[in-house]
Amino acid sequence: MSKFNQKYEPVIGLEVHAQLLTETKLFCGCSTKFGNKPNTNVCPVCLGHPGVLPVLNKRAVEFAVMMGIATNCNINRHSIFARKNYFYPDLPKGYQISQYEEPLCENGFLKITTKDGVQKNIRIKRIHLEEDAGKSIHDKSDTTLIDVNRCGVPLIEIVTEPDISSPEEAYLYLTKIKQIVQYLEICDGNMEEGSLRCDANISVRLKGDNNLGVKTEIKNMNSFRNVEKALEYEISRQIDALEDGEEIIQQTLLWNADLEHAYPMRTKEEEHDYRYFPDPDLIPLFINDEWYNKINHSIPELPDARSNRFIESYSLPKYDAEILTQEKDIAEYYEMVAKNSRDYKSASNWIMVDVMSVLNSKNISIKEFTIQPENLSKLINLISDGVISSKIAKEVFQIMLESNQDPEIIVKEKNLIQISDEKTILEIVKKVIEKNPDQLNEYLSGKEKVVGFFVGQIMKLTQGKANPQMVNKILIEELNNKKNKI
Amino acid sequence: MQYSNLSEKIGLIKSGRISLIENVETFLQTIQSRKNLNAYNFVFEEEAIQRAKEIESKIKSGQSGKLAGAVVAIKDVLAYKDHPLTCSSKILSNFISIYSATSVQKIIDEDAIIIGKTNCDEFAMGSSNENSFFGNVLNPVDDSRVPGGSSGGSAVAVAANLCDVSLGTDTGGSIRQPAAFCGIFGLKPTYGRVSRYGLTAFASSFDTIGPFAKNVHDLALVLNVISGKDEKDSTSVNQNVPDLISVLNNQKKYKIGIPKEYFAEGLDVEIKNSILNIVEKLKAEGFQIEEVSLPMTEYTIATYYILITAEASSNLARYDGARYGYRSDNYSNLEEMYINSRTEGFGTEVKRRIMLGTYVLSSGYYDAYYRKAQKVRRLIKEDFDKVFQQVDLLITPTTPTTAFKIGEKSDNPLEMYLSDIYTTSANLAGIPGINIPIAKNSNGLPIGMQVLAKQFDEEKLISFASRFDKT
Ligand SMILES: [Zn+2]
Repeated sequence: MSKFNQKYEPVIGLEVHAQLLTETKLFCGCSTKFGNKPNTNVCPVCLGHPGVLPVLNKRAVEFAVMMGIATNCNINRHSIFARKNYFYPDLPKGYQISQYEEPLCENGFLKITTKDGVQKNIRIKRIHLEEDAGKSIHDKSDTTLIDVNRCGVPLIEIVTEPDISSPEEAYLYLTKIKQIVQYLEICDGNMEEGSLRCDANISVRLKGDNNLGVKTEIKNMNSFRNVEKALEYEISRQIDALEDGEEIIQQTLLWNADLEHAYPMRTKEEEHDYRYFPDPDLIPLFINDEWYNKINHSIPELPDARSNRFIESYSLPKYDAEILTQEKDIAEYYEMVAKNSRDYKSASNWIMVDVMSVLNSKNISIKEFTIQPENLSKLINLISDGVISSKIAKEVFQIMLESNQDPEIIVKEKNLIQISDEKTILEIVKKVIEKNPDQLNEYLSGKEKVVGFFVGQIMKLTQGKANPQMVNKILIEELNNKKNKI
Repeated sequence: MQYSNLSEKIGLIKSGRISLIENVETFLQTIQSRKNLNAYNFVFEEEAIQRAKEIESKIKSGQSGKLAGAVVAIKDVLAYKDHPLTCSSKILSNFISIYSATSVQKIIDEDAIIIGKTNCDEFAMGSSNENSFFGNVLNPVDDSRVPGGSSGGSAVAVAANLCDVSLGTDTGGSIRQPAAFCGIFGLKPTYGRVSRYGLTAFASSFDTIGPFAKNVHDLALVLNVISGKDEKDSTSVNQNVPDLISVLNNQKKYKIGIPKEYFAEGLDVEIKNSILNIVEKLKAEGFQIEEVSLPMTEYTIATYYILITAEASSNLARYDGARYGYRSDNYSNLEEMYINSRTEGFGTEVKRRIMLGTYVLSSGYYDAYYRKAQKVRRLIKEDFDKVFQQVDLLITPTTPTTAFKIGEKSDNPLEMYLSDIYTTSANLAGIPGINIPIAKNSNGLPIGMQVLAKQFDEEKLISFASRFDKT
């Protein structure tokens, strides 16, 4: 926020399109599989041939209702489909089947928490079902090719009220949307691949002003970071324009991520009158109690609830709980590790630090991570039982990563069990003190720093296996004994 | 003809007194000799003969379907796999369908022989069959006159013995009006009774598919076969389909209403008198007959043309030259391709309706036209609901005039639209209606009587109509 002129406040509304993970398209039986050869997932219906009719995919309705419930919306038991009419080569029917008046879900909200810990509700105006368009592919020879595979793939459009007041909030809201669709398993949430898409409406106004300023729309932001950058760009642009006494022109802009600049679309393309009207080929969608309840029961535990449960059941700090529940698969991995380990916090640390850094450096998901949760639990238990030190544990973790072995076996085979026997440690301590009379003298003359040197020597001798707390305790006692003898 | 209806025909084939192959050949010869009528866009000679051979042996072995041996013509707005589907439009003049309409598949499954696809007004828009890329269809009774539209070819094919029965479509009277002009039976079923899957959409909430026949038995038989809920059409209705053959000649004395608004100004006197004559006879036979009122009648034409053009403007958007159908040679960018393909590919009436429909859906006009017309449609439907609480059937004229001269109304779209004045209400209300040929006027032109029933009461229409069947 501080980036912008403090006189102004931005007003942002987002429209998010999420591609639903149904097996088949919204109005025909064609596969939704991504990456098939162009124009192979097609039939007369999605090709828009004369005489075809749409038949609604019930699964897609269920997914949309799940999203509605998860975002605290009212589910309209009676909703209707409408045609949005416009000409485009990748839109075979010359209209998109969408919802306009009477959408499936209305008046919900999502809670976000800003970095300062401030909670805020972003109101959701509506969520409706619609079909995706195809893809136009412009090749080198100046001709345009059309791939109809994506045509008719189900989408939900989630529209907020203009409640978002900074790029950061927009980012948090999107993260939350992604988190929820992934928890619901209704969309893979991948913005880079286009399964989640976001358009933004932006205006700025003087702080305290109740009227909204003239808004612009930005499209084509294909990552979370791009949304933040594009919003920052556009807010600054509008503020600068207003400061220079210019008027904001209502227009649609396309974000260019490479140039970090937004360019106006040709006005012709945005001046659409979509001539929405109820689609006479589809009867109104009615969701009775039985169906509603069935859908409601199928909703899994959502991120906020799970985070709260982590705080309560595993006594985790809020910070840990939030990070661990960010991704459903990681949360599930944590629970599998925690279930068998005797130190929940340690399990959290291992996942947040060691596991996540492996995921990041290898750029893999938790599903591709090789260490089985029960093995990670064993490793954690080896530490909390004092069998190995946490330092040795890091080594074992590396071996586990490469060999996928049981840590108990690694520890035995490599003889890494911690030395926790007082007598053994005392002998080693005595030996090390004897061997290093100079350092002993330094200690006796008051240089206590030299303790670190002795510890290092002991660890070296034991290959790091000596229990560090015990080494510390016994070493200090021995050194003090020497001191007292003088 | 050597038979009076299709069940008689099957009997004759079975007993060897008719050869189905010869029968098909006779139809093909008649089609050839009456080519001037221009009833067909496409005739499938070899296929029909081949199929006749197969079905003849099926009939003889006793394994045949309900429409075995029936030689059927289908309107060229119905999809028939691997056959042209042109809708009598230049824009689809090169189009071959890759699937079959449910209704077409059903008649094939019951062993009908599809002999060809019939001419019609372009995209079923018209009342005279003068709006076809393939030229006018002539009325076989008087070839200086129109056969009616839009299913003119299907009506003529039956009337001129170019097939046994045919399928047409009715969006505002396109089965009943040409049936009246050609002097045959034609039935528009309840909306939702017959699957629309594979019927090229003109006005989706009005379009229906129905049969033409010279006798009520065949009309009932075909209607029985094509009716029923279809998973591919969400607007088709899961409603029991009664055995319509069993209600023929059951002599039920239904309670009949005469809506006074349908006999007011503008109705040809000879038509009016013919119908009132019939009404008198029915009274004499003991039918209970009463005058009823449908007060919203004066709004039907306006409501109809607002709603059907709105739906048409959207339904016809897919014909843009981008993926299939006609594409202009003359363009240098996408917009020009759209504009020139559609300008060159569509005829005048289709363009007029697309423009009207685009207008009534435009922002700023939607509420005043489209939304208001939807409300009026509901009121019109309520009119009928009320009346059908009092009576079983309504008797009205099918058309305000008998078949008019070719060219007589083609320069005056409004006058042309008024020729649908008695038929559009059934499509607005979604109810079934039938044309019964009842007489000929002083010029020998057929006069039709329309009978309407409440939703899913086709049974009553068939039963009542069978009284007038002289075959
Ligand atoms: Zn498909």
